[in-house]
Amino acid sequence: MSTISSAEVARVAALARIALSSDEIDRLAGELDVIAEAVSQVNRVATPDVPATSHPIALTNVTRPDVVAEVLVRDEVLAGAPSAENDQFAVPQILGEGA
Amino acid sequence: MTASTELTRLSAAELAERLRAGDVSSTEATRAHLDRIVAVDGPVHAFLNVDADGALAAAEKVDADRAAGKDLPALAGVPIAVKDVVVTHGQVTTAGSKMLEHWVPPYDATVTRLLREAGMPILGKTNMDEFAMGSSTEHSAFGPTRNPWDLDRIPGGSGGGSSAAVGAFEAPLAIGTDTGGSIRQPAAVTGTVGVKPTFGGVSRYGLIALASSLDQAGPVSRTVLDSAMLHEVIGVHDPRDSTSLPDPATGLVEAARRGDVAGMRIGVVTELGGEGYQPGVRASFDHALELLAGAGAEIVEVSCPNFEYALAAYYLILPAEASSNLAKFDGMRFGLRVEPDEGPITAETVMAATRGAGFGDEVKRRIILGTHALSAGYYDAYYGSAQKVRTLIQRDFNAAFEQTDVLVSPTAPTTAFRFGEKVDDPMAMYLNDVATIPANLAGVPGMSLPSGLSDDRLPVGFQILAPARADDRLYRVGGALERLLTDEWGGPLLDRAPELTTQEVTR
Repeated sequence: MSTISSAEVARVAALARIALSSDEIDRLAGELDVIAEAVSQVNRVATPDVPATSHPIALTNVTRPDVVAEVLVRDEVLAGAPSAENDQFAVPQILGEGA
Repeated sequence: MTASTELTRLSAAELAERLRAGDVSSTEATRAHLDRIVAVDGPVHAFLNVDADGALAAAEKVDADRAAGKDLPALAGVPIAVKDVVVTHGQVTTAGSKMLEHWVPPYDATVTRLLREAGMPILGKTNMDEFAMGSSTEHSAFGPTRNPWDLDRIPGGSGGGSSAAVGAFEAPLAIGTDTGGSIRQPAAVTGTVGVKPTFGGVSRYGLIALASSLDQAGPVSRTVLDSAMLHEVIGVHDPRDSTSLPDPATGLVEAARRGDVAGMRIGVVTELGGEGYQPGVRASFDHALELLAGAGAEIVEVSCPNFEYALAAYYLILPAEASSNLAKFDGMRFGLRVEPDEGPITAETVMAATRGAGFGDEVKRRIILGTHALSAGYYDAYYGSAQKVRTLIQRDFNAAFEQTDVLVSPTAPTTAFRFGEKVDDPMAMYLNDVATIPANLAGVPGMSLPSGLSDDRLPVGFQILAPARADDRLYRVGGALERLLTDEWGGPLLDRAPELTTQEVTR
């Protein structure tokens, strides 16, 4: 049975882009371990002969005509943004210094 | 009881009838509910925000239309509360999270649009576990909702606000969402009715997604008929949701009114009633079965052996889908933005700081687990295996429905627990959903209605499950059982709830 170490929590938190304090990392490692144990049950019955079901209803591709329409009001969208300038979202620096 | 208080005790069907007859206006009915919210919501805290002006404007519009002789939908003028995970144009929608504390959506969810088109004034947005993660509404970033039956106890989750609002007579109807039982379990512990429709039966467009293959919006009410009426309003095809079923939900109101079980085969699921079920819960359930048998139903025991693995599969699928769905909360285009205390200010560091500060413990726990489950080396063993369990559970349902028309169980293993009792023990909290989760994994519809009080004088829920798209059977059985029980009780179960202390309303 795999367990989730503090190092793994820290690695995953970085992947998920969540800043965690060291206390949070330690606490989560302990709690996730309990869940991970329960999860091992699944592997008892998930044998190779069982097909996986990804969705409760059979999915089919759905398309609609590509028609120009009023979708969202720009001012309402930007009013909910943490920062906006010149009718656009203003975001922190995206490219690194080396880019 | 004042005339205004009396209006809040009416069922939605009764109120709709009075509105149609012209005995009362929607403005009066809406005002009565707004007054009730002011009077009792302090301690209950079912609402995160109340939109009195918007609700009254909608009510006045219905009254004017009625006066002009327009043909109006069945529930026109009946006010409603909406879980805060459903977006409402122009009205703050938080999903119970600091991440969206002040966010005003620039559009309506399809469910919201359908309610507005049906002429139903939206009283406000109800409290919930953050991003619908929880079974107790203790994980709301804005403080818990309290159970109207006992303010020291949880109202269920994640839709505790919706059920408490209906149970405390603050709204005749509410909208909830059910990913693993979040409509049915709160209904069970508050003595109300809650329905999870067949997956795809109600549009998910504009619902802030938790787990897309499991989420389903549905009605919360005080009677089976009221849920049927609301279900028919929201249960229509939506071209904006690619998983929306093509046919509308029909025949539900008729089934609820008919409410008969003669000749029906009702299956008791062996695996949903054993160890861990409170004796008083079991006794209430057994009594309901006797009533159904007395009304001509054939009760058969059926085994669904793979239900044992449902909880484990759910707690892999849900976090995996949640970690993906919640990636959009990154502080860039909407909601909270937090800059790191030290180091460079880049999109990446701002995202991490925002998500670290904006998400609560339970959300972090599930995102971390989901990201772990989806990361290289774990995907097949975790997520892939869980999806196989889903197949096994669907097979169990198919086999069970070959022998029966509906399946039944207690909705939750226990009555409402006390605050804090399970908050530090995720597995104990998750076990509360053991009876409701299989329906979400297989996409079948489910209902919870009150079957009585347990030995601790708290409400017990009776769960009915039907095959996919046979939602009408829930109403047929639910309508029958409700009638038998209310005859026995001499009125609705909620009449036995203790009176809430009221604050004086000043206008």
